[in-house]
This record gives sequence, structure tokens and C-alpha cells, in this order.
Amino acid sequence: MTDDGKYPWPHRHLLTLADYSADDIRHVLTTARGFEGISTRSVKKAPALRGRVVANLFFEDSTRTSMSFQLAAQRLSADVLSFSGKGSSVSKGETLVDTARNIEAMGVDVMVVRHHHSGAAAKLAANVQCSVVNAGDGRHAHPTQGLLDIYTVAKRCGRLDSLDFTGLTVAIVGDIANSRVARSDLIGLKKLGAHVILVGPPTLLPRGFADLGDGMSAELSHDLDAVLPRVDVVNMLRVQFERMGGGKSGGPAFPSTREYTARYGLTAARLKRARPGVVVMHPGPMNRGLEIDAAVADGPNSAILEQVSHGLAVRMAVLFLVTTAAQGT
Amino acid sequence: MDPLADANQTAALIAKMSAWVAGQAPDGQRDQWALVGLRRRGDVIAGRMAESLGITNLGTLDITLYRDDLGGAGTVPMVGTTEIDFSLDGLDVVLVDDVLMTGRSIRAALDAMADLGRPRRVWLAVLMDRGAETRELPIAADFAAAVQSGPRSVEVRLRPGDSDEGVYLGETAGEGVGI
Repeated sequence: MTDDGKYPWPHRHLLTLADYSADDIRHVLTTARGFEGISTRSVKKAPALRGRVVANLFFEDSTRTSMSFQLAAQRLSADVLSFSGKGSSVSKGETLVDTARNIEAMGVDVMVVRHHHSGAAAKLAANVQCSVVNAGDGRHAHPTQGLLDIYTVAKRCGRLDSLDFTGLTVAIVGDIANSRVARSDLIGLKKLGAHVILVGPPTLLPRGFADLGDGMSAELSHDLDAVLPRVDVVNMLRVQFERMGGGKSGGPAFPSTREYTARYGLTAARLKRARPGVVVMHPGPMNRGLEIDAAVADGPNSAILEQVSHGLAVRMAVLFLVTTAAQGT
Repeated sequence: MDPLADANQTAALIAKMSAWVAGQAPDGQRDQWALVGLRRRGDVIAGRMAESLGITNLGTLDITLYRDDLGGAGTVPMVGTTEIDFSLDGLDVVLVDDVLMTGRSIRAALDAMADLGRPRRVWLAVLMDRGAETRELPIAADFAAAVQSGPRSVEVRLRPGDSDEGVYLGETAGEGVGI
């Protein structure tokens, strides 16, 4: 922070948390804290982005994230354009960059993009003048999910003031290989000092995650039962059948859904192995009965709906920061 | 920086603000009053006033999102939290700030409060008034503990946000100094 109460914010885009320093991440979360109150007051709106245009470009299915970004932009008084890949000119063969440039020509300040190809957001950022916020690209990154997960951990574990996760242990469990959430969570959690354990069957847990470069490393485990007693937070990932190419059976990744649940599903019985106050998270949408039991998802340890509320505040903060920083350049 | 008021004199100025509110708000009616301080420093002053006046409706307003000068080369403002855990509807609300200069913070504060509720009346009490020449909007304080006109900037320092307490005269105001 500078003397005049400003933070030197260098980012016009949010493509991956790897681009953000620990202090940048902390600044987003501190800003999000200021936005949380807007959702509970009588007028749920602030004028910070009045007159600005946010375009939501969703080339891949999404309910939670697209609605969250839309509401976040509206709460800041921006105008919102919403676009979904289906039923658009994309299905007529227009390229991603062409679509984006055409939308930008309408006078857009921020593009929020979700795409099934890893690197799509970075490609857009290189080809348009406006700010780009990655709302999920393939298996690569989902930085706002990472930020809202970190915010949830900070709040539940009493670290919101310090935003220092030293001494916290977080397990991320399940389909690591296909998960952009796992990658973004891992990077963000490590930057704030947490110890991260990635848990999953060998087919879904690439060895490369053990060392991410930049001195960042994760512990890998195939044994959820052994890991549970050691963690403060357990983040259950969705099994992403659509990225496994085996239909609803899990394809080559595991023999059967029943076997997956037996070893990696968070059931009420298994949760008893963890500390009493353990925080249970899930990025949604949940496969109830597969990676997480309904009793756990709806139980007292669950922070799953809080994650959704925090997502709104975090996305408001991100939209505010990237547009406000771009204003002076 | 030249000192204008030391810690004791600053405390006396805050006491003057409290005395003014006491004159407006008779003893039995203080539950109909609220003190809302602007972050940062207005909230500190409001807190001290509330303590001496026995007013329990005490809030903090962060006006960052309502400012008209957001953004700037490579920096972003710090967004703080607004903490007003009571209804403003029907109350006499005293907005409290450290320095009144252009009036733009107060404009932002009025807009921010309009999104929170509908007070019966909003008053403005400040520690230092820079004088009508510095104003850029038709806004005036109902009470100012002291007036300091002239081109030199005025800085109020209060614990715990600052390392000492007092009012200081700074350099001749350039562009963008304080709102």
C-alpha cells in the first residue's frame, strides 16, 4: 500500500493465479471483504462500475459461475452482456477471437470468458484491448474459484485478518487430473503458505503435481482415510465424467463409481476420522452419493453454500480491480 | 509539517464536536440519534464522541465505491468495510469526518447512506473545515470544531491508525490532495 491509501495494482487481466503475487491475492480478498456487506443491505448495489460494460462469454456450460459474474457486475452498476456459445454464431463456425473482437467493438470494458480449451482466456487477452477475466479454461485454471475457496478457508479458519495460511493443511480430493479448480486452489493456497495434500486414485493424480516449480510443492496421496485426520480443510472435487471420455462409468480412470466412492467418497462415516471442526468444501455441481454424501454436504462442517456467497463478493472485487486499474492506463 | 494542534488540543476539538451534538440531541432522545464516521479517521472521531455522549448507534462508512475519482495510473483504492449494524431509517444521523475540503467525500457519503436507509435528517460535523473557498460542491458543515483557511493542506492524525495524535499544516495543496 502506498502513502495515499492506494495499492499498486499491476493487473488488467485475471487469467491464472500464477500471475498474481501473494500480496495481489491478499488485496483481492481484502477488497472482497468490503463488498460482502453489499449483499445484505437494502439497496444491493454500489455505483463503482457505473457506465461500464461487462460481457460474459460462456462457450461451455455453467450455471453458478455465469450467474455469479452477472450478479457481481450488476451489483456494481455495470451493464452486462451475456453470451452463451450454444445457439450463437460460434455454431456457424466463427472463431473465438473473431467473436470476441466483434463483441469488443460494441464497447466492452471487461470480458469474462469460459471455454473448454486450456489457454483460451490468455489467447483472448492477447487479441483484445479490454480486460479479460478467466471464468474457467479447460483443465488449466479457474482463478475466481480459487480465490473464493481461499476466502472461504480464511473465513472459516479465522485467518481473514492475517491472510496468512502458515500451519493450515488443506486436502484437495478426487479428480485432480481434470480439475482446473484443483490447479487454481493449489497455486493460491501455496502462495498464502498453506500445506496442500492432493488425494486421488493414481489414474487421476498426475505425479507432476508434486513439484509445480517456483518452489511450490504439494504432497500426493492415494489414501484419503490416512490423510483426513491431519487436515483443517477438505475440498472434494467433482468427478468430471465429461472430460474422461468413458460416459458415466468413469472410463479408464476407475473400475466403477461404487469403487470410487468406497475409497474417495466423503461419507458421514469417513468424516468421523477428521477433526471435529474440519471444513468441508466442494466447488459444485455435486455428484451427491459419489464424491460426497448428502449428509456431509448439508451437514454442519459444510461450507459449500458459503463458497457460493463468497464467490459473488470475490468476483465483484476482481471486476472492480481489473477495470479500475485499466482506467488510468 | 507544522503542528497546529497537539494531542490535548485535538481532544478538546473533539470534545467541542460532542458538546455540539449534545446541544442538538437532548439526553432522553439520544436513541433517536446516530453517529456515522467516514473511514479513515472520521470513524475514530465518531467512536470517541459516541463514548462521551452515550450514543449507541455508531457506524462506519466506507465511501470508496461511491467516489468520483476512482482509478489512476496502476493503482487501485483500498476498499474498506461499511459497518452500520442498525437501521438508519427515521434517525438523526451525524456524519463525522476529520477534514472538510472539496465536499466530494461528503457527496459520496450521502449517496452511500441513501443506499442503506432513509434517515430523518443528516447532519455534518467535522474537526477541521478548510473554508468555503476550497469547496467544489454546495456542501457545508453544520458544525466545525475549527476553521483553517488558506492554501496549506491540513492533516489530522489519530491513533490507532496513525502513530501520533494532532493536527498538522502541510504543504500548499496541489492537485488531488484530499477530498
